[in-house]
Amino acid sequence: MSKFKKKNKVSENIPTSALPDIIFMLLFFFMVTTVLRDNELLVEQKLPQATQLQKLEKKSLISYLFVGKPKNTAVYGTEPRIQANDVLINTKDILLWVNQEKDKLSEAERDQITISMKADREVKMGPISDIQFELREADARKLMYASTGKVQN
Amino acid sequence: MPRKKGRVSQEVNAGSMADIAFLLLIFFLVTTTIASDKGILNILPPKQDPNQPPPEIKLNERNIFNILVNANNQLLVEGEYLDNTDRLSEDVKSFILNFGAPDEAAMALFNSLPQSLKSQANRKPESSDHPMAGGAVVSIKTNRGTSYERYLEVLDQVKKAYFEIYAERVGMTADQYRSITGKNAAEKELLDRGKEGIPMAISIAEPDKIGGN
Repeated sequence: MSKFKKKNKVSENIPTSALPDIIFMLLFFFMVTTVLRDNELLVEQKLPQATQLQKLEKKSLISYLFVGKPKNTAVYGTEPRIQANDVLINTKDILLWVNQEKDKLSEAERDQITISMKADREVKMGPISDIQFELREADARKLMYASTGKVQN
Repeated sequence: MPRKKGRVSQEVNAGSMADIAFLLLIFFLVTTTIASDKGILNILPPKQDPNQPPPEIKLNERNIFNILVNANNQLLVEGEYLDNTDRLSEDVKSFILNFGAPDEAAMALFNSLPQSLKSQANRKPESSDHPMAGGAVVSIKTNRGTSYERYLEVLDQVKKAYFEIYAERVGMTADQYRSITGKNAAEKELLDRGKEGIPMAISIAEPDKIGGN
């Protein structure tokens, strides 16, 4: 009997020593795959706050424009600049950029392109309205003013 | 006997290792905030043909709710100076729901509204006629020197007024209404039912060349 008992005890616990490895693998997988930000920011970004936020359904239709004071003021000056992808562009180049972004989408989705404008709160309305004018010219009329949530009281 | 003891102590208790790793995993899952795509949606007007002058739209002064923001971020709402935007959404709401001089279609719309919205109709002759197309328009005009933050604050308040009306029509809170994106037919129907007959008529005028560059 004692012999049987001993055998039972051995087979009772499942070897769990491999479990941490599996979970560590999961952990590393998540750590590597979560992309925090696609491109490095060249302009300052302090998004304004708003309460009436909406979320967009399709992320693939969104293209981002960053507007703000350049971080490297020695090279780019202190006036607000526009960043598209990972370069600073001028207002006139927006038309070209929008068309490039549109080309990335499928034919049916091209007119649904949404521009998410991530503008710094220090920016004045002048550059913003210039951008809006160019976007109208480029026929990308869905514009999203990216902002963070404000706690309502 | 000594052999057996050695065998037992050789195995390190690795059971809790999994728990530690799990904790780390959950910590990373919770803390990583993927850049959120939230914001205030705005549809720009179609581009202007340089050969054609912009269409003259005849609107009575009473049907336009004027909001001016100057380069010092001061507000002028309907000719009245305002210190802050706290009251703005209430003003806009009562302007939209005024029903000063509704025609037949607007009257039908009025009758379809829930009681809570009907009671907000002031029927003032000097305010907007009706909220349908060609009725109430909210106009926001800024200077080039106005800060973007202030502009967004004003736009936010105007949007709030509209969303509150839409949400009340379908019997939800404004937060719930805003969170639906229309990804299925039922949600789309709900969105349309809120908006029906009351278009979001926000006109953003070209800014003046004051205080900017």
